[in-house]
Amino acid sequence: MKSPFSKRLAVVLAAAVVTAGLASSAWADKEKVLNIYNWSDYIAPDTIANFEKETGIKVRYDNFDSNEILHAKLVAGQTGYDIVVPSSQWAKIQIQGGLLQKLDKSKLPNWKNLDPSLLTQLSKVDPGNQYLVDWLWGYTTVGINVDKVKAALGGMPMPDNAWELVFNPKYMAKLKSCGVSFLDSPSEILPAALHYLGKPPYSQNVADYNAAYNVLKPIRPYVTLFSSSGYINDMANGSICVALGWSGDINIARRRAIANKSGQNIEALVPKNGGLAFFDTMAIPVDAPHPENALMFINYILRPEVDASLTNTVFYANPNKASLKYVTPVVANNKTIFLSPEDQKKLVIPDAVNNDVRRVMTRLYTRFKTGV
Amino acid sequence: MLARLISRFRSVFRGRNAVILVPMLWLFVLSAVPLLIVLNFSFSEMEIASVASIWKWADDALTIKINLGNYLYFGQDPLYFDTYLSSLKFAAITTLWCLALGYPFAYFMARAQAHLRPMLVMLVMLPFWTSFLLRIYAWKTLLVSNGLVNQLLMALGVIHTPLQMMNTPFSLTIGMVYAYLPFMILPLYANLVKLDVRLLEAAADLGASPWKTFWLITVPLSKRGIIAGSMLVFIPAVGEYVIPELLGGPDTLMIGRVLWDEFFSNNDWPMASAVTIVMILLILLPITIFNKYNAESKSEEQA
Repeated sequence: MKSPFSKRLAVVLAAAVVTAGLASSAWADKEKVLNIYNWSDYIAPDTIANFEKETGIKVRYDNFDSNEILHAKLVAGQTGYDIVVPSSQWAKIQIQGGLLQKLDKSKLPNWKNLDPSLLTQLSKVDPGNQYLVDWLWGYTTVGINVDKVKAALGGMPMPDNAWELVFNPKYMAKLKSCGVSFLDSPSEILPAALHYLGKPPYSQNVADYNAAYNVLKPIRPYVTLFSSSGYINDMANGSICVALGWSGDINIARRRAIANKSGQNIEALVPKNGGLAFFDTMAIPVDAPHPENALMFINYILRPEVDASLTNTVFYANPNKASLKYVTPVVANNKTIFLSPEDQKKLVIPDAVNNDVRRVMTRLYTRFKTGV
Repeated sequence: MLARLISRFRSVFRGRNAVILVPMLWLFVLSAVPLLIVLNFSFSEMEIASVASIWKWADDALTIKINLGNYLYFGQDPLYFDTYLSSLKFAAITTLWCLALGYPFAYFMARAQAHLRPMLVMLVMLPFWTSFLLRIYAWKTLLVSNGLVNQLLMALGVIHTPLQMMNTPFSLTIGMVYAYLPFMILPLYANLVKLDVRLLEAAADLGASPWKTFWLITVPLSKRGIIAGSMLVFIPAVGEYVIPELLGGPDTLMIGRVLWDEFFSNNDWPMASAVTIVMILLILLPITIFNKYNAESKSEEQA
């Protein structure tokens, strides 16, 4: 007995494979499509709509909420995205691993708007500024609910250095009563603890991390929440009073508290020895299907008005010198968004750590969180 | 000789075999091949942004470099053993609760009037119509300290300060039992509905109490349903990631989280693969032993 069914099936399967292969390669260049993968809540409401109206390019805008997720996608390859926004210390590894492509700067006339001092800082991870364009930048720091912290500390004066609040058990024991939140990621907490200790925050030395763990262990009972996004709301409504978080998020909490008239007075602090800077940078994956459209979008973002609208919405500083005159005065005058030159100089510039150190960081962080 | 080989080859790929070939191929491509890739990864090492290949072809020689470091690492760090243990514990608790709640429910369904049964099955399936994620989030709003349950208990005067239910082993167990209960009920129902009621009548005629009848007749006869349901709940529960992430606390360690850490935080795919392989072996081993025991006892029964 012949089996016509299996034969027919084989033909259909073969045809399907061939069609799929042709479709993906031939259409991509001419398509008026752009696929962007960016952090959540990190864009102005009209940014995409205006770009689509102007160029006729259809934008698909997807979100992630951790560098780890983005990195794993890039390593797996064939993401389908034309623009991704990794933090600079992760982008460094991605550049070394050959996952990103060089930018054709002749297609980026607005490159001239970029702040040269920022470019110098970024060149530490991207020599010659060949791959990365900063989207927005901020720093990891301590945010407080001024009145609640004062009440919880009782007669104790505020520490000179803001990091003391979250890393010194003396303060933490008192602050527990009004709620303390930590970012939920080893790559945020351990560098901060190292910085507090006076050791290099992006140390390649395993012994340093063990010292950082010894700082973290005694304060664990006082951390009431681990959160990398939910803490904004908890801060705004007063259910936590101290957050080890990101500068812009703390400012968003501040704005929400003012808008809701919740009576909570939220403030981002600038630590005396500096916050931990982060730069979230636009980059084009090496296998991006529409690199031309990606360059058009990057150039569009670098327009002064567009960059200013991002900062006005999410309270993070942009790299665009020419945009300052479009930034609303409330934001422009906020010294925790646009840092004073002295504070900016003290910022710690992020760097990548090797795989062995990352393993140690993850392990110590798990031990810190769970006690195992 | 060649002609014989060809004819033999043909007879193998004809008729029934050709039909079986399609699902077998399907199984091989979608289940065996991914597993082999994972196994291959687990013997490898991570480079900057890719997994090193263990196969190397140079100077007409194939060298295979098998790196056992990932597996040896299990012995160096108690984290893995502790996590496997804790995952198995939570999966076992979930299975027992599902059985305790699911059995009476399935029994009730099987004894309901025949025209009601399709509707009852439908009711069990109904939660699947909403997103799984949404249903787990719903538990979050119920269990948080200013959530519905606490508000109700406080309004009734049962408690005065809100109970800490979220992010505890309690909330994790509730979420797991809730999510997996249908997988216990359905196979149990399918088994119980076929139970010959005349056996129960005979037991009653011979003077057995309903309680005794249940334990001596119904339960042993529904053994296969119990086993099927328990497997369907236990196996996925061991590797569950989403429910512990949303409802578990920092101290409810599950292997899914460790896998996530290996894969994403450490960017160490080979180690993540090794963790997976060990997990599969850990689950597979008791099941094979059980199946073997089961098959033996069955053949003894027949003999």
